[in-house]
This record gives sequence, structure tokens and C-alpha cells, in this order.
Amino acid sequence: MAALAPVRPQTPLPARPVAPAAPVATPRALAGGQIVATGLGRRFEVADGWVDAIRDVDLAVAPGEFCVLVGPSGCGKTTLLRILAGLDRPTSGTLDLAGPAGGPPRNAMVFQGRSVFPWLTVRANVEYGLKLRGVGRRERRAVSDRLLETVGLAGFARTYPHQLSGGMRQRVAIARALAVDPDILLMDEPFGALDEQTRYLLQDELLRIWESTGKTVVFITHSIDEAITLADTIVVMGARPGTVKATIPVPFSRPRGLAQVRSDPASARIFEQVWGLLRDEVRDARAARGPVVLR
Amino acid sequence: MNALRTPREVPGSAPGRGPATVRLDPTPVRPRGARRGRLSRRLQGVVLSLFGPIVLLGAWEALSRTATIDPRFWPAPSSLVATARDLVVEDGLLHDVRLSLVRVLGGFALGAIPGVALGLAMGLSWPVRALIMPLASTIYALPKIALLPLVIIALGLGEASKLAIVAISIFFLVVLNTMGGVLAIDRSYRDVARNLGASRLEVFVTVALPGALPAIFTGLRLALGFALTVIVGTEFLSSRDGGIGDLIWQSYQTLAIQKMFVGLFATAILGWALTAALDLVERLVIPWRQVD
Repeated sequence: MAALAPVRPQTPLPARPVAPAAPVATPRALAGGQIVATGLGRRFEVADGWVDAIRDVDLAVAPGEFCVLVGPSGCGKTTLLRILAGLDRPTSGTLDLAGPAGGPPRNAMVFQGRSVFPWLTVRANVEYGLKLRGVGRRERRAVSDRLLETVGLAGFARTYPHQLSGGMRQRVAIARALAVDPDILLMDEPFGALDEQTRYLLQDELLRIWESTGKTVVFITHSIDEAITLADTIVVMGARPGTVKATIPVPFSRPRGLAQVRSDPASARIFEQVWGLLRDEVRDARAARGPVVLR
Repeated sequence: MNALRTPREVPGSAPGRGPATVRLDPTPVRPRGARRGRLSRRLQGVVLSLFGPIVLLGAWEALSRTATIDPRFWPAPSSLVATARDLVVEDGLLHDVRLSLVRVLGGFALGAIPGVALGLAMGLSWPVRALIMPLASTIYALPKIALLPLVIIALGLGEASKLAIVAISIFFLVVLNTMGGVLAIDRSYRDVARNLGASRLEVFVTVALPGALPAIFTGLRLALGFALTVIVGTEFLSSRDGGIGDLIWQSYQTLAIQKMFVGLFATAILGWALTAALDLVERLVIPWRQVD
């Protein structure tokens, strides 16, 4: 096993301009965390050797940037995100994370599929992270009230998740992640299981929240359309092993809306560019008989 | 509610060739509260659930009274009422029930509480699982009543051995169900907790325990049935120590068939009441469990 990556603060990169807006979700200075990954790799042991989930990944995300990762299934997107979240460790390369005031940033992850605790009410789910931190009851309540308002679930505080629709549950997951006021928001296909209209609605809501808080976001999706709608930068990943194939800036102005992005001819160009990169990857991934095993 | 009604011939369709189209008549929505003499769904359920026992007891009564079955061995249920009253008033039936109840509940607690704890540990940690699992699955398959002589040698003939045999017989059942419950928890729940800064203990308390509760209760319900079976069997074998099993066995030995049947009914009612109590506890402890 290779040496574990040091996670140390670094001098900030020049930040991209972020559309300033009145903070509604967090009354805090507009600043997100910064991510610099260099030659990041994660090797897993399998029965007859090793498999590289990701290899030599270079990724730089500036404070306040909305970075979207797209790539075929099994390209290590989730592995990369789990490493960024501190849920997994890289086996090679270095990862530098910096908070807005120096020091390690707070991150919070929104998972794909079922992640809202079914045994807690909506409010208790949102307050979960704060409770772990020992935040007092009154303050927790203020935060959850504000966030439930933000995600449009003000009337559902005492409801249990099984009584909610899939879209409402993902709103709870987002509110729970925002409650700990993270510098970096990591989102693993948060809208993947939702129907198209709900997805559009939540994309718009996410943009609104992000634009008002200035958090750094790393967002995984399978949908190129979703990537174009949300991203400052689209990072296209290839599979076997997972690497970064291209980094594509998305030039649309902020604040932006779904309809506006859709009607802009530039979005068709970006779509073509991303799909051009992905097509071969997806085809290769389909033809593959199994993982590339290193012996 | 089925909206499909009998297809009706639509005017204008060709005569003699059957309907050309099928028309669905709407089922009008009944205004709330206006049930017009129909029983509520809940009451219907109660009536249906009473139907089986009433038919069974009725048939038994009829067959016994007409001597189709030998009333010496199959006394009519109505004749048992008087015996039950005598037993309660003169022979301390309730005392026997209380003895058995204390043994079941005591043994249940002694087995279930450490069982849940060990099951949670096994679900969360693979070394613990690897250490205990072979032992657990071996002992799980063993008929626990076979251990009674050993338990009596170790703890004597008194109450301790009765509590112990109940505890032993349910322990691994609870362990395995709890472990299965923890293992079935979606990994993302644990990741959420860790991502938001939960320590191992906090993951244990806030994710593993509540996440496994439905499976734990499934195990507890099975365990309760086991506990009752084992205590009655134990009381058969260690007579003169009281309890419902003792009552049934003594009645059988003296061919007091009526008393034996009263003992059987008392056991059945005890089992039903304990299960109902556990259901109530479950509803209180797991308010998020979906009800259809």
C-alpha cells in the first residue's frame, strides 16, 4: 500500500468570479473550499490482483466553483468523490484541501438514492450533523427552520421520510448537507433517481441555493444536459482506469436558468464536445469483459 | 375498489356481434363518513379474525355434545368455563400463569438484551463476526431443550435454571436476526453519519441500532414464541415447581382432561397477550415503520 496522501492547506488558486447574491441560506462570507488533487490514485485489492478505480487524476476546483464530473459507469467518479469526502483514502498522489479561512474545509456529501434516515423525522434528519457537533437545541431549530424553508419543506418538519416523494427526500438530503454549513458540497448523482420534471425543479433550486451561498460544489451526474445546466466546469472522466479526459469550461453567465441554457446554441456545442469524448468510453466500457486486473 | 363493471352493449354496435366497445361505468366516490350502515374496514377485520375461532369452537361444542367425538377426551368448550372458574378460585391458576409469565419475561430479557448487543457488534465489525459466527450458527441449530440437563447440573433445579434455559434458547436467535438487520442497512446511511463526523459509537447509536430495529423486532417476536415453548417444556420436565406447563402435565398424569384443556387455553391466551404487547412496543419504538 502506498503512502497516504497528506491533506494540508495550500495557497488559494486565483478564484473564478462567482455571481454575488444575497446570502439566504447561510449568513456567512461568500467563500468555498478549494480542492487540488495531483496524480490521485486508488487501487483496490481483488481476488487475483489489483484494480485501479482511479489513476493519475488531476483535479483543481477553485473556491466557489461548480464542478461537474461526468463519465461512464465504473469510471471511478464515486471513488473520487468519496476520497474528497474523507470516506476513502487515496493509495497514490496527493490531495490538498483548503477552507476559505485556511485550515481544513468542512465538506458534506449528498448521496445518490436512499440516504435520508428513515428512522428520523425530516427535521431530525436536517439537524443530524449539527447534533453530532453538539449544537444546542434552539440553534439547531433555527437552522433547520431556515433550511426547510429554503428547500420548500417548511410544512413537513415532523413528517417521516417514507411519507415523502423521492424529490422531497432528496431535498431533505440537500438540506441536511447544507445544515453543517460546508465549504465544499459533494453531490453523487443526487437527482439520478428522480423523474425529469422534478429533476429540473431541483436543478433550478440547487443553482439558486449555490448562487446565494458561494459554496464549492463537486457534482456527479450521468446526464450531459444536467452537467451543462449546472457547471462552471465539466470534468469528463474515462474508465478502466478512471482518469480525467478533459476539462471543459461552461461559459454561460450567472445566475442562469434551465430554459436559458437550453435555448443557447453554445449548449449544443458543449453537448457535442462532451458526448464526443464519452461515446468511445461508453462503447469500450460496454465491450469490456471485466475490470482490468493488475497482477 | 374495483371500477370495472359489467361491459354493456353500446348503442349503435352491430347487432348479434357482441359489443364493439367496452364501457366502464364510474364507481362514485362515497362522501366521507357516509358509510350507510356498512362496517368500517377495521371492524370488518375484527369480525373476520373472530370468525375462525368461533367456527372451530362451535364445531367442537356440537361434536362433543352429540358425542360424535368422545366427550371424556374432548369436553365441550362450554363445560370448561366452570372448570376454569374453579381453577382460578381454588387451585391458583393465576398463580401458575404468573409463575410462567415471570419465567418467560425474565428469561426473555436475560437472552434478548445481550443478544441485541452482540448482534449489533457482529453486524458492525467483521472480526467479531468471524469470531462468533461459527459458534452461533452451530448452537443456533441445536434444540435448546436438549441443554436442560446440563443447565440443571450447572444451576440446580430452581428458578435460575428455568430463566437460563429460556435465555439460552432465544439468545442466538436474537443475535442472528439483529446481525442480519445491521448488515442489511444501506451503506450510504453509515457513510452519511461518518461524513458528518460521527464517531464509531455515534454510528452505532444513531444508525446501526435504529436501522436494525425492524429486524430486531422480527427476531424478538420469534424469540417470544420460542421462550413460551421452552418454558412449557421445561415445566413439563421439572414438575412440582408450578407454572402452566406443570398444570398441564399434572392434569394429564391424573387424567383431569378438563383441567388440561384449561391449561392449554391459558397458554394460548398468554402467548397471544405477550405477542400483542410486543406489537404495541414495536409500534411505539418504530414509529417510522410503514403501515399499509
